[in-house]
Amino acid sequence: MVQTPTSHVTESTEHMADESVNSHIAVVLAPIKMQALNLNIYYDDNHAINNVSIEIPERQVTALMGPSGCGKSTFLRALNRMHDLTPSARVTGIVKLDGQDIYAPDMDIVRLRQRVGMVFQRPNPFPKSIFENVAYGLKVQGGHSAQQMKETVERSLRGAALWDEVKDRLHASALSLSGGQQQRLCIARALAVEPEVILMDEPCSALDPIATLKIEQLIDMLKQRYTIAIVTHNLQQAGRISQYTGFFLTGNLIEFAPTTQIFSRPQDKRTEDFITGRFG
Amino acid sequence: MNIRTSLASASKPANPFQPDHGLLHVRRQLANGVCIFLTTLFAVAAATFLLYLVLYIARQGLRFLNVAFFTQAPKAAGELGGGVGPAIEGSLIMVGLAALIGIPLGMATGIYLAEYGRGFLASTVRFLVDTLTGIPTIIFGLFIWVLIVVPAHSFSGFAGGAALSIIMIPTVARATEEVLRLVPKELREASIALGATESRTILRVVVPAARAGIITGIMLAVARVAGETAPLLMTAFGTPFFSTNIFRPMDALPLRIFNSTLSPYDIDIQHAYAGSFVLILLVIVTSLSVRWATGGFKPRGR
Repeated sequence: MVQTPTSHVTESTEHMADESVNSHIAVVLAPIKMQALNLNIYYDDNHAINNVSIEIPERQVTALMGPSGCGKSTFLRALNRMHDLTPSARVTGIVKLDGQDIYAPDMDIVRLRQRVGMVFQRPNPFPKSIFENVAYGLKVQGGHSAQQMKETVERSLRGAALWDEVKDRLHASALSLSGGQQQRLCIARALAVEPEVILMDEPCSALDPIATLKIEQLIDMLKQRYTIAIVTHNLQQAGRISQYTGFFLTGNLIEFAPTTQIFSRPQDKRTEDFITGRFG
Repeated sequence: MNIRTSLASASKPANPFQPDHGLLHVRRQLANGVCIFLTTLFAVAAATFLLYLVLYIARQGLRFLNVAFFTQAPKAAGELGGGVGPAIEGSLIMVGLAALIGIPLGMATGIYLAEYGRGFLASTVRFLVDTLTGIPTIIFGLFIWVLIVVPAHSFSGFAGGAALSIIMIPTVARATEEVLRLVPKELREASIALGATESRTILRVVVPAARAGIITGIMLAVARVAGETAPLLMTAFGTPFFSTNIFRPMDALPLRIFNSTLSPYDIDIQHAYAGSFVLILLVIVTSLSVRWATGGFKPRGR
């Protein structure tokens, strides 16, 4: 059992001996939507993500789990270049969206972020009305008529299972909503620009169990149309909602496999320790 | 205190985990009590002086407030009646002028410092802004005197407004910066993640979220310059006549108070009292209305 800190697949497959980026092909059967190749992320001198390669299958839910501080959120944020905001962060390696490197110099970052939307840990609606929140992304794009905007807002709110709760008060402040509703509003806001991928960074960690359940049901529904990558430190959540699971530990991707396999037959001792609750 | 210590000593054998209460405990309690007493005493003393000042000015000033005080120009020396109309008019014009220059410059500086500023330039700007806040305001008056009054060979309302605006800039800048920094990072990220540029995020999300706090900062800066006297002595100079020409000398309420206080005539002293009261009222009303309208310095939401 040779296990280097950087290896990211089970040893049982032969072609993983080198750092081959295709090592997950055997794991992921669905078409690949996003792909990270030898991704490294540094904060100043701190090496936060160590040579991670992973494939995110299309129209599936991919869960990234691991203990706090393992780098799973850091990794997720690299998928739509949110690290561009942090001056101290440095990213090397390749992230592909439909085969196109998103870190390439000619990448249109505005377009990228519209294709890869994001939902954050704490519900973060703008201090504006519910309508304006959902319409914000459209206004950024420009060129939508008032009628189009209305339709899109309604469609997005329906898509986020929030329409029935807010249709009579679209112009009320978004901050008047409950935490769970705010988080669904944030999902609606992300849906409005019709993304292909939705990144979710622990979207339920600030919510109560009932609101969490609603979001989880919503995620299950959304995967019919969208590719979803979700960070969670909640094992049960990863088990409930995802088809694929990656396990991160101290900046390394320890194991990546179909969720059922990770939970029933983990190949790595550390994965097993984590899911059996021995740490984290 | 006595009850506590006696209770503690009575229950000593019962609870072995309690530390031994003895002389040390009594001494701590005593020191604590003395500390509370002293700070309360000094706080009350400070507030008393303030309250006395306000009440005294109000009692003296209210008696002499009438319509003529607001609408008429001062009469010839020693003559009864008249008012400080030109001073009120001048104050409005010059403070308005200062706001017109000072608010955009101050806000822009604050936005730069909070959002874009990095490295040498930002730390230099921040250091200068902090220094400007602490400089005695008469220096700004001197500066404008050299820069505008001397070349123009005339005191002017414009020079007064310019001096006041320089005083406003650092206050507005720092208030804006502080409030913008309080806007949660998550809001910026949400906007960026929807494809918005940094500048759009700042103008459409961050600044509106901090609007209440920024307005508070601006109102307090306006109230502050409305009471400035020293920089106007060398710039606006003052005049007993109504004048809307900003390139001629102009009166201001604090200036009128200053000049009237030195006068030997009772009517001028009365005007000074009434003027002082109006100024204090202005500051109190500004503070209260800002507090009422915004609920403090907090950004909106959350």
